[in-house]
Order: sequence, then structure tokens, then C-alpha cells
Amino acid sequence: MSALIRPGEVLDNRWIDIADDADLPPSGQVILSWARWLSLDGQIPTGDLQIGLRLPNTLDVVAHASQLQSHPLLVLEFPSFADGRAYSQARLLKARLGYRGELRAAGQAVVRDQLQSLQNCGFDSYQLRGDQDPALCIGAFADFSASYQPNLLAMRKRLRPGSHAPLAQ
Amino acid sequence: MYRYDQYDQTLVDERVIQFRDQTRRYLAGELPADEFRALRLRNGLYVQRFAPMLRIAIPYGLLSSRQLRMLGHIARTYDKHYGHFTTRQNIQFNWPALERVPDILADLASVQMHAIQTSGNCIRNVTSDHLAGVAADELLDPRPYCELTRQWATFHPEFNWLPRKFKIAFSAAGGDRAAIRVHDIGVQIVRNDAGELGYTIYVGGGLGRTPIIGPMVREFLPEADLLSYFEAVLRVYNRLGRRDNIYKARIKILVKETGLAAFRQMVEAEWEQIKDSELRLQPGDLDAMRARFDTFDYDPSAASDTSFDAHLAADSAFAAWARRNLQPHRVAGYKVAFVSLKAQGIAPGDMTDTQMDAVAELADRYAFGEVRVTHDQNLVLADVRQGDLYPLWQSLRDLGLATPNIGLLTDLICCPGLDFCSLANAGSIGVAQDIFDLFDNLDDQHDIGPIKVKMSGCMNGCGHHSVGHIGILGVDKKGEEWYQVTLGGSAENDASLGDRTGPSFSRDEIAPAVQKIIDVYLRMRNSEDETFLACYRRIGMTPFKAELYATEAA
Repeated sequence: MSALIRPGEVLDNRWIDIADDADLPPSGQVILSWARWLSLDGQIPTGDLQIGLRLPNTLDVVAHASQLQSHPLLVLEFPSFADGRAYSQARLLKARLGYRGELRAAGQAVVRDQLQSLQNCGFDSYQLRGDQDPALCIGAFADFSASYQPNLLAMRKRLRPGSHAPLAQ
Repeated sequence: MYRYDQYDQTLVDERVIQFRDQTRRYLAGELPADEFRALRLRNGLYVQRFAPMLRIAIPYGLLSSRQLRMLGHIARTYDKHYGHFTTRQNIQFNWPALERVPDILADLASVQMHAIQTSGNCIRNVTSDHLAGVAADELLDPRPYCELTRQWATFHPEFNWLPRKFKIAFSAAGGDRAAIRVHDIGVQIVRNDAGELGYTIYVGGGLGRTPIIGPMVREFLPEADLLSYFEAVLRVYNRLGRRDNIYKARIKILVKETGLAAFRQMVEAEWEQIKDSELRLQPGDLDAMRARFDTFDYDPSAASDTSFDAHLAADSAFAAWARRNLQPHRVAGYKVAFVSLKAQGIAPGDMTDTQMDAVAELADRYAFGEVRVTHDQNLVLADVRQGDLYPLWQSLRDLGLATPNIGLLTDLICCPGLDFCSLANAGSIGVAQDIFDLFDNLDDQHDIGPIKVKMSGCMNGCGHHSVGHIGILGVDKKGEEWYQVTLGGSAENDASLGDRTGPSFSRDEIAPAVQKIIDVYLRMRNSEDETFLACYRRIGMTPFKAELYATEAA
């Protein structure tokens, strides 16, 4: 069973995945594929249906920004352990486009050993791969207590004269 | 040396803890082998033919004597008493036990070293000019820029899972000693006509099975924009680089398939969005980084020494060493001394634990405690008083590290080859030895003059064969080791790829083939001043081909 987490806690997943050939419910929180969303062509049922999107990692999120911003949830896909394309999508969505909804990581790379990098690229929640132990994973965001990235802010700070003395060698 | 602060130290310490836990989980069966593989590669750990191989980062080739002693300790404690310096200024150990690698990393962290991102599809160790800071033809010291880049690249969360490996090299000198145009990004630090500092950026160079000399993507990038431009290049590559075919996954293929103009446009468009972000360097940032490097108090009376000239006149062996293994230094009375790791009977780039300890000692005594690694697989003591050169040479000679062959034929570079590497198709160390035997006579080597022989045991090209004046590539033909030869490559300012001579040579034929190539050169050069490369470029392949394949035609 795949767990949904964020740093420090296991979350209840209120969002339901809707298969591309399944009917849309009249209400609730649903996740549609990007292809399904395109096929709806703006014909969205009226009512209190909230729609999140699952994006292929090849999608140019900047080019489609206007179609993405209004969704309360975007799920970025990691189709294999070593395919890092969605890391760039996440940075672009959060840092460039200022996306304010929930950015969720899903797929083969959403494992203990990649969680902190995912967090540093702007993800908010993590749909763990099925074999991952959520109790172990919620602590994995603390592997490193600091980071040179994303914007060298921390480095800038320590470059201030006197703020960090060099260590003896 | 760059000195870590608490922040740098914490990151490498935490990396050791992280990798120790990953190793434990792998050995306990909690981490799948293919995932542990990707994680261990990012800590420099390969599993090779006979044992794991650990590659340790030596950022821009710079080592303190204390660090070199630690490498000696590692060779002694965890390995078979030697290490192998690589063409990317790193060091590899061929026999560590997988279970003990976390301990090795902890030992390294205790001297401000690590193996972070020395392998895997991420941003690799930043390399540079081994004469940085002392070369006469240098605009300024590139190492603070390298260190800035190292920090930006270390654990970069967005670029840790790239389509393929990514290598960055810097040069700030008139003569390129860092082979920047065979790197994914090559940076030449320049001053423009207005007197402003900045960079010329080359993207998409590389060796391997599709060798390409990197094209210029930007002629002048202002100094403050280095990291934002890197980020733009890497983001374009991470999003669009090919992941369907490992052989087409390097950025050079993206640049080629996209077309240079279109690629440049994509990078510039991305950069436009981030160039004014916090990645932009502020006034003082680089000065602060420069201040983190040691400076040396040079002896103002060094040039008044007369013993150096006296020893040159009195001792011809010393004079031969001085002629080949010394280079000028910016400061009067100082010289740059090369420690040759190319001796008969030794695999090029190999060094024993005893030699490491001894060179560390010599560095402390004569060279401000600093050692550099060159991409030609030698070491450099960059700041030696001329009055100390004679005793330095005597010590190096006793250690077997004073072969006077820097820049000559037997100063060849070579990958570990089939003897160690699981990728290799053919042996390279044995061929290197054959060449050493054939050209044993140093007078002959001096007569041949400057030449770069580069050899790889497979087309991944760790030995940079494509850019050797003479390049040798090991190939497998029906289970036998054969060797292709190229002529006329260069990794310097006049970078070019070598041309294939024709059909490959067997293991027995390859060293004699090199002899024939040299014979043609000696016969055809228009004077002793015409180097092999210049001669080849003038006369072309035909005379070499005729000599090499004469018997077949008959």
C-alpha cells in the first residue's frame, strides 16, 4: 500500500485517481491525467468537483502555465528511479511560475533516498513507492541539515566576513 | 588550499552518515541492488572486475600534504598499498571492500575530502589548470571560480539525476591545460575589450564513442552570471537530453541534434529568466571565496640563489630532469616541479602509499605543503625555491619519481584498461609498458620532442585517445585485443580530433606501429623545431599510412 507523506507526518489522501476511461463524479477531489484534461477541452461538470492533474514529465510546464495555475493539486511523475526530469518541472512550477497549490511527487523515484532533494525542488507531498516504509521516510528530510542550493543564499550568508571561520586543515 | 568552514564540513560528515546507512540497508537486503548502484556511484563506488573501485574527488586537482598522507593511509589500510591518479585529477583505489567504504569516506571527511559525485549521471568533479595561480600566461587564478562551482553543483537537488554524466572544466590561461573543449561545459575566463572579467562558454564537447570538440555557445558572459548560466544550461539538458539511449544521452548529442543556434537560443531564453535571481554573484562574493584559499609568503631572496645553476652545470642527470620536469614560475627564484608518475614497470598514474607519504613530506619541506594532480596523471609541486630543487630532485629520484619525461613520448596517459575495468575491451597498461620499453632511451625521446600519446581500453575514452597526438583505442575482435590508432588529435587551444590510420593492430603489432609513426615523423619533419603535431598537420596521413600498412600492400 502506497502512503502519502510530508515531512514529519503521514497524510490522508483525499484525492481519487480517475482512470482515463472512467466517468467523472459530480463532486469530490479527483486527479486526472493531462491527456484526459486536454480531451475535456474545458467541458468541466458544474458543481463542486475539484480537479488535480497528473503531468507527464515531458510536459513543458512554462508553456502551459495558464492551464496549470488554477488547479489545487499537480502530481509530477517519476517513471523510473533515475529519471530526474520532474525535478526541473517542480523548480519551474514553484520558483518560476509561483504555483501555490499542492505539488505532489509520485512514481518510482519517490523513495527514502530522494525525498530531501524532492523537497528542495519545491514538492509539498510525496506519494511513496509501494515498498517504502512511511515511518522511515518521514524522517528522511533531515539527512542534510543545510544545502548549497537552490540559490546559494546560505552560502552568501556564510561568505560574509567573519561569519564562518575556516577550519584548521 | 581551500579551507572548509563548519558548513562545508557538516555536509561531508552528513554524507558519510547517509552512505553508511545506505550501505547497511543494501547489505540487509532493504535496498534494491540497482538503486544502491545509483547511490554508490554518486559516492564514487563502482563494482569492477575483481573488487569495488572507489574514486575520490580531488577538486581542481589541489591537495594538501595532509590530504595526500590520508590517501597514503587509505592505500595502506584499505587497499593494496597503491592508488591510481586519473585523467580527471581524481584518484582511484582498486581494491577496497564494499563494507569498509563508509569508513574510508569518514577518514576522507576528517581531512576535508570526499567522493561525492565522482560518478553517476550528475555533475562531476570540477577540473582546472594544474598550473593555476603560478602560470605566467594566466589572467587570474581560476580556482575560486572552480570552488564556487563545486559548491553550486554539490548535491544540487535538480541535477542529481541527469540523462548522463556532466563534466565542467575551467581555464584562465593563454594555453589550455585543462582540455576545456572536451568537457560538457568548458569555461575560459577572459577579459573583454572594455576590461571587464567574464567567461567564454563552450558546451557539448566530450570524448567517448562520439568525440566532439565543444562549440562556443557564448563568447562573453559577465563575471556575475556564472552560476545562473550553468543552471540554464543544466535545466535545458535535464529537461530535453535524451534518455532513451545511453550512447546518445550526453549534452553533446542534444547540442548536435538540436543545432547550435537553436540550443543557444533555448539556453539564453532560460537564462534570461534567472540571470537576475539570487544566483547572480554579488560584489565581494568572489573576493570572499578567494580569501578562503591559502596564500604563500614567497621568499624575496629566492632568486639570489646560485646553487641551482651550479648543480645544472655539474650534474647532467639533474640538468636533464630540470630541462623536462621544471616550468617557470611567476615569482622570481621559484620553479614549478613535476613529479613524474610515468616510470618503467609502473602503470601510468600509479603511486604507492610510501611514495605518497614521502611526496607529502617533500611538499611540506619545499612547496608550502601543497600538491597538484595533472590531467596527464602526474603530480606537481608548484612553488619550489630554485635553491631547493637539487635536494628535491635527489629525493624524487630515490623514490622513482624523477623520470625526466614530462611532455615526452613515455609521459603517456592511459586508463586502467582490461586489467581492472569492467568496461574495457582491451588492456592498456601492458601496451604502455611495451611503448616504454621501445622508447627507453631518453636521448631519443628528447629528439622526438613534445608529443602526447593517449590510450584508452575502450571507446568510453577515459584515456582521451581521441585527442592524443597519437591516440590508441583498445577494441575487442572476437575475444582478442586489437588497437585502433588515430593521429593529430589535440585537447589544447588548437583542439582537434585525431584521424584513424586504418585497420587496427594486434597486441603484438601496436608498439611497433607507434615506432613506425615516430620514424615517419623523424624522417619528414622539416626541422627539429617542428613538433609531431605540426608535422602531421602539414604532411597529412598518407606517409604514415604508407609506412604502417606497407607489408599488407606488398
